[in-house]
Amino acid sequence: MAAVLAAALVPPGTAVAVTEAEVKELREQFQQMKREYEQRIEALEKRLQQAEGTANKAENAAAKAEGVAAQAEVQALKAESAAVQAGSRPAADSAFNPGVSLVLNGVYGNLSQDPARFRITGLAPTGGEVGPGKRGLSLGESEIALAANVDYRFRGTLIAALQPDNGIGVEEGYFQSLGLSHGFTLKAGRFYSSVGYQNEIHAHAWDFTDAPLANKVFLGKQLADDGLQLKWLAPTDTYFELGIEAGRGRSFPGSDRDKNGAGAANLFAHLGGDIGASTAWHLGLSNLRTTAQNRSYSDFDSTGAEVSNSFDGASRLWVLDGILKWAPNGNGTDTNFKLQGEYFRRSEDGNLTYNGANAVAARATSVGTLHSAQSGWYAQGVYQFMPMWRIGYRYDRLDSGSVKLGLVDSGTLLAADFPIFAPYRATRNSVMFDFNPSEFSRLRLQLASDKSRLGATDTQLFLQYIMSLGAHGAHAF
Amino acid sequence: MKKLMLTLIATGIWLLAQSATAALKVLTCEPEWAALVQELAGDRISVSSATTAAQDAHHIEARPSLIARARNADLVVCSGSELEVGWLPLLQRQSGNERIQPGAPGYLETSQLVARLEVPKSIDRSLGDIHASGNPHIHLDPRNIARVAAVLRDRLAQLDPGNAGVYASRTDQFLQRWREATQRWEAKAAPLKGLTMVVYHKNMAYLNAWLGLREVGSLEPKPGIPPTTAHLADLVTRMQSEPAKVIVYVPYNNPQAAEFLSERTKIPAVMLPFTVGGSDGAKDLFGLFDDTLARLLAVAK
Repeated sequence: MAAVLAAALVPPGTAVAVTEAEVKELREQFQQMKREYEQRIEALEKRLQQAEGTANKAENAAAKAEGVAAQAEVQALKAESAAVQAGSRPAADSAFNPGVSLVLNGVYGNLSQDPARFRITGLAPTGGEVGPGKRGLSLGESEIALAANVDYRFRGTLIAALQPDNGIGVEEGYFQSLGLSHGFTLKAGRFYSSVGYQNEIHAHAWDFTDAPLANKVFLGKQLADDGLQLKWLAPTDTYFELGIEAGRGRSFPGSDRDKNGAGAANLFAHLGGDIGASTAWHLGLSNLRTTAQNRSYSDFDSTGAEVSNSFDGASRLWVLDGILKWAPNGNGTDTNFKLQGEYFRRSEDGNLTYNGANAVAARATSVGTLHSAQSGWYAQGVYQFMPMWRIGYRYDRLDSGSVKLGLVDSGTLLAADFPIFAPYRATRNSVMFDFNPSEFSRLRLQLASDKSRLGATDTQLFLQYIMSLGAHGAHAF
Repeated sequence: MKKLMLTLIATGIWLLAQSATAALKVLTCEPEWAALVQELAGDRISVSSATTAAQDAHHIEARPSLIARARNADLVVCSGSELEVGWLPLLQRQSGNERIQPGAPGYLETSQLVARLEVPKSIDRSLGDIHASGNPHIHLDPRNIARVAAVLRDRLAQLDPGNAGVYASRTDQFLQRWREATQRWEAKAAPLKGLTMVVYHKNMAYLNAWLGLREVGSLEPKPGIPPTTAHLADLVTRMQSEPAKVIVYVPYNNPQAAEFLSERTKIPAVMLPFTVGGSDGAKDLFGLFDDTLARLLAVAK
């Protein structure tokens, strides 16, 4: 083999003398090299294997650690939320208690005219609490509201007013349906009627300390009837709602009667939408029809003696209301503006019974017809000019309209025997400032020049606080 | 009389036809959920948001246009945890729509699907406007959005079984892209770890928890109370000894308070989009996080 190799390596024709010994040496060197390299390769391979093994182990360990960490995280989160839930879960009995909220309010009133002699000339008094309140410091109504879902179909609400003279009255107590489907909502019990816009808003949410004059004369400040209400919201993009109410008609402009059917009915329609991103509007039209029996009020006759008269007959009231709310880009946090107004028109037809105080024949009890068509309106604007601060202005106006009294037309009595029906346009101007540290507290200053009573302008100053506590629900638009 | 009857019948038929349109109608309370529903359902639904990025969901009223939209909605998706307590319950009650009542499949409260941060130990109004079940602004953690997407897919399939396949495949594609995007954002936001910020309102909790940022103060003295001069003066003093790296506010905040603090303390103020539509860059959910990180990185050098 070596000889062949030697022969191959030596170019032909070259004469080289290669000894056996040299060849042996070469062979040995070659073998040694081979062995060396083989050893080194083996060693390298071993090291490589070891390195790979270590890397694998490290990877596995890392993956395990990650898995353990993730599990620990999940367990920690679970434990945290379980702890919080356990901590916040109330005892079984009270878990389904209604949400309770309380509204406290008090007023300081400074009135230039005696509030006991308050009258609105031109329209028959309603017997409701329509006066400007007491002079000096006094507690207003404290309102307690309880509300909760009854079950998956109904929700119940009770709002009771604790009067400062220690009476307690039910302002609202009703249940309503939750998702009757097809846009229907049913409400039954005692609730503020959907006549106009302001009537459904609780006093603590008003923008002024007192009700507009029109609400005082036509609705006795606020009308809440016992009955049913069914509303239907149309499946249109523009908000369009129709509704009907049937009630007992127990308070002004009706009266409590002994009758099997409904004593009052109210039909209403609402329309609403947006103008751009900044403005939202709402329009409403309502028609309230009721009958009154022996709806009495007191007045003075032409000699100055007190008389007590009463009305029997039908009363029909139309109200057109509108509200516009603006905020830059719909974000009312810093500034916003609200414009609101309502127009009332009432016609009454029936009999007026005059109960004379004197026994003089001509001034004894007499009955005659009454046909009246009277109206009134108000418009108010409230502007929040910076967070927490608002300013508002309101203008009230009433029109005694036309009141045709059969007793006066026939000459039995004089027009002066019915001073309350003197032709007159009552007006009032009110300005208010309020400071709202949060949506739950309000401090208000209101100034008004009230010309409701013929011949007497009442300059009024009110300071009011309104505080809400508890689970206070959302206010409607 | 006959004409009136015919008109009423025709109107009735027209109205019924209106409500029988095929596409599912979705109303979301906030724009981020509208964007998510759009990603998962495409043209199979018509979705609208009750609020825009320029509006604070705490201060919305249940106005007529929202009630009308709630009445026609098949699905309502909201953050919940009392963020919308001032208006959402009214929308549900006044809509006469049984599909969107709490507990019905047509009502989804997304903050209940994730672990909430800042659950208060005591609840009292003197602590400001606090949310009893925790911080409701959950959408600024992309992992929360992934969790909501999975539930939303199932809810859409439940309400509209005919398109279940479409919702499933679109959600899969979305989650794939979302996972990749989340990793990309985490890598990109690595230099932001430990960044200290003064917020306007405490609505950055989930962003901070995700990226390891720290909220060291807020311009509001208490949640929901607008910044007062006394509190801002207090913050200026604090920032002099321990300055934050950045002041953060969102589109519906008045920038005055942030600018005031920034001028006095030389700490940069930045407006983050907060939700879809909050800036030109935040046109969808991906853009929202891209733009948020870009703005933070630009300012936090």
